[in-house]
Amino acid sequence: MTGRGTDEIVADLGSQSRRGGAVLEHGGMTRPTAPLRDVVGHALEQAHNRLMVTAAVLSLAFGVIAIRVADVTLLGPNVDTHAALAAAGTPQGGRADIIDRNGALLATSLATASLYADPKLIIDPKAATRKLVKALPELNHDEVLAKLSSEKRFVWLKRNLTPRQHYAVHVLGLPGLFFQNEERRFYPSGSLTSHVVGFTGVDNNGLAGLEQSFDKKLKASSTPLQTSIDLRLQHILRREVQAQVDEFKGIGAAGLIYDVNTGEVLAMVSLPDFDPHEPAGLDKDTLFNRVTLGVYEMGSTFKIFNSAMSLDTGRIRLSDAFDATHAIHVGRFTISDYHGKNRWLTVPEIFMYSSNIGSVRMALQIGTATQKQFMAKMGFLQPVPVEIPEAAWPLVPHPWRDINTMTIAFGHGISVSALHLVVASASVLNGGIMVKPTLLKRQPGVPIQGERVVSERTSEQMRKLFRLVVTDGTAKFADVPGYLVGGKTGTADKQRGRHYAQNARLSSFIGAFPMNAPRYIVFVMVDEPKPSAATHGYATGGWVAAPAVGRLVRQIGPLLGVEPVDENRPEIRQAMAIEHLNRGPALAAYQPDARQE
Amino acid sequence: MLTFDRTDHSLFGRWWWTVDRWMLGALGVLIGYGTVLIMAASPAVAERIGLDTYHFVERHVINLIPALIVMIAVSLLTPRGIRRMALVVFLVSLALVAATMVIGVEIKGARRWIHVPGMSIQPSEFVKPAFAVVAGWLFSLQRTSPGFPGNLVSILLYGFVAAALLMQPDLGMAFVVSAVWFTQFFLAGLNVALVGVLGVLGVCGLVAAYFAFPHVTSRIDRFLDPSHGDTYQVTRSLEAFSNGGLFGTGPGQGTVKMSLPDAHADFIFAVAGEELGLLWCLVLIALFAFIVLRGFSRAFKDTNLFVVLAVGGLLAQFALQALINMGSSLHLMPTKGMTLPFVSYGGSSLIALGFGMGMVLALTRKRFGQGDQT
Repeated sequence: MTGRGTDEIVADLGSQSRRGGAVLEHGGMTRPTAPLRDVVGHALEQAHNRLMVTAAVLSLAFGVIAIRVADVTLLGPNVDTHAALAAAGTPQGGRADIIDRNGALLATSLATASLYADPKLIIDPKAATRKLVKALPELNHDEVLAKLSSEKRFVWLKRNLTPRQHYAVHVLGLPGLFFQNEERRFYPSGSLTSHVVGFTGVDNNGLAGLEQSFDKKLKASSTPLQTSIDLRLQHILRREVQAQVDEFKGIGAAGLIYDVNTGEVLAMVSLPDFDPHEPAGLDKDTLFNRVTLGVYEMGSTFKIFNSAMSLDTGRIRLSDAFDATHAIHVGRFTISDYHGKNRWLTVPEIFMYSSNIGSVRMALQIGTATQKQFMAKMGFLQPVPVEIPEAAWPLVPHPWRDINTMTIAFGHGISVSALHLVVASASVLNGGIMVKPTLLKRQPGVPIQGERVVSERTSEQMRKLFRLVVTDGTAKFADVPGYLVGGKTGTADKQRGRHYAQNARLSSFIGAFPMNAPRYIVFVMVDEPKPSAATHGYATGGWVAAPAVGRLVRQIGPLLGVEPVDENRPEIRQAMAIEHLNRGPALAAYQPDARQE
Repeated sequence: MLTFDRTDHSLFGRWWWTVDRWMLGALGVLIGYGTVLIMAASPAVAERIGLDTYHFVERHVINLIPALIVMIAVSLLTPRGIRRMALVVFLVSLALVAATMVIGVEIKGARRWIHVPGMSIQPSEFVKPAFAVVAGWLFSLQRTSPGFPGNLVSILLYGFVAAALLMQPDLGMAFVVSAVWFTQFFLAGLNVALVGVLGVLGVCGLVAAYFAFPHVTSRIDRFLDPSHGDTYQVTRSLEAFSNGGLFGTGPGQGTVKMSLPDAHADFIFAVAGEELGLLWCLVLIALFAFIVLRGFSRAFKDTNLFVVLAVGGLLAQFALQALINMGSSLHLMPTKGMTLPFVSYGGSSLIALGFGMGMVLALTRKRFGQGDQT
């Protein structure tokens, strides 16, 4: 034992003790002291016992792992695997359809295959490219070759193949090419409803129109979204509006067909429109919705609200007359009439001749505060509450001074969208109830919420004024026998920078029919129409927009089930009659005091 | 196959007839199993991070050679030789762990590695088995050599080791070292009341770690409440097992490796589950259990307290590492970056494993009446 370190001696005592024991049996050799041997023996026994415990614990742990593996592999984890989702029958078609009010498809989803490659698995990029371009001639040879020769592990070659293309690539049997199942949004009516329905991006997220505002709903459910749009009316409206744009070389146009009682938009056209399948790269103007997002100084159509406001206060009556003899000078502004009569005009005459001077005088009598309040009731101070994200804030004067009151009387100094104008006009015509506009079909039986904004009497008087404009005023081209069309023209000079442009205007006509019990508004507006020889140099609302509305009513009236009436029937004549339209010679000697009576 | 005559008394001859050939065989099977899995799992990972397809396979095989040499060479030693070597390795590697604070390379927020030409070494991997042996020795001294403060020295050394590991910080390693040290203390006869006290202290340590280290907080929160944060890896891992089912998708046919960043290391068990299926997973678990229990049974028959404690510690370490890795993949515990011994790709840690299991093989060799000599 000499020469060994103490530490080793003591460390080996365990084995030595055993050896000691063994030696003892043979007898004779020195043996370790008994207490130490007992201590070591005890320690060893304890270690062995506890080793058993440790072994048992570890075995248990391995057992738990084994059970857990069996649990996870056989019963599956609590996560939704694709297989589980498929088994649960979750809609695989994904995005729900969008349909028109009669069930015609406006947007649907098609399952397609998209082609991608893992260039690393392509054996011969040149040969593969040659075959691929032969199968899909629209692919560019050099681009494909560059993609297939790259070091990447994933390159898109073509998204959304047709079944025929899918087959053509499939039979090439090239390794390294793969298909990704995708769905593609398809719009059967193409550009016809592009501004209403909107479009989705390449990953099927809604990026505009109803596709955007109902994105979550469309993704979540498979029930189609039913819109208020009638595809037939939409088609007719687009054709007629396009015809006016072509004839007058306008830069754009807007058109609306609107149910005055339910607030449903039956057709909505903004030109130019676009192919919703390829929205990428289109300029802003093409994607711009002139019906809801564009705000314009509407011009004379605003006299609808000036008149309705005046009559509704009860302080001005139909028979009242105003001095339209001279232009009004306010500061550096001059307000004059386009179709100047240079005499006193009654309220109906102011409306039908679209007298700016008369309108200003009416507004001044009513006052700024009342006007602002009324415009708020008409919804002109808020974005129009429609379901697409393209809803503009109007531009309203702040502060609202008397000069604003004067210009707003004939539709300048306040900019609203076409939809604003139509919705407010509907409330004036439908008996006085403001109904929220909607692009979704109203379900029959669900009561329509509305708020009274003008009295029934005012509404009745306004209908007569509307009719008068078509029978005797600025919009004779809009008349359609039997449909009692009424309306109001508007021709507004467009602002260019800080001035009004000389030859850039918005010509519009808001028509409604039948005027004895209005059901529909038809609105047409052409942006920057150029006068033509056929219109004798005119490009006003009466010449540009009113004829289109006439043609529209002629076509959609039967479709909408509006029965033509005999306009000479006594009850119709009476309904449309205005007592104090023209006081004839008496008006020349008309005294302002007379209306105080 | 190499055969040795019973009467061959050369170094290898004696080794062959005394070493635990069952355990040796099981380790061989485990290494083979691991190589197959690395071949299945790592190409996807290697390609994703821009390395050669078989980078990890090659590195694994290259690291296996020195690991096997170290394992066999160490298993040739006597218990005394093991003790001396473990002490030297322990001191050197503990010094290196301390040195990582100064010359170490910081990877993912922790300083654990030292770069030497050709490879980077994680010295704490060597501290782990060496300390198990040293601690076993000290505990045995306490019992066999009255007057020698073995427990006290062991506690002091443990304090050093734990502090060094926490400073890196390498919480997983600190946890394993602590658990193993505690197990050895328990085997060495720590009285039951103190077992309870240390157990409570351990739990307190874990709670403290939860609050002290933000990444620990986050991992534990995510474990306890999967909706709390990103559980991408574990979710993928569980999907892989479920995808594999009873028989698996077949070697190389799985998809989890395409999306799991650590498919060749921390989550290799998920690859096994997906590609080989439940049955082969059970075989793998059985292999680990066999090695551990086989070693325990050898230790149970041994009469040298030091051998019992050292083998118990080394095998507890081996078992714990396997259990933590598999448990993480199965969402039984928070994810903890720990490799599956001999199966995961582990680089230089393979050599440390070879060193540790070599010591187990050496200590469990049959010794005929001369516990000291052979």
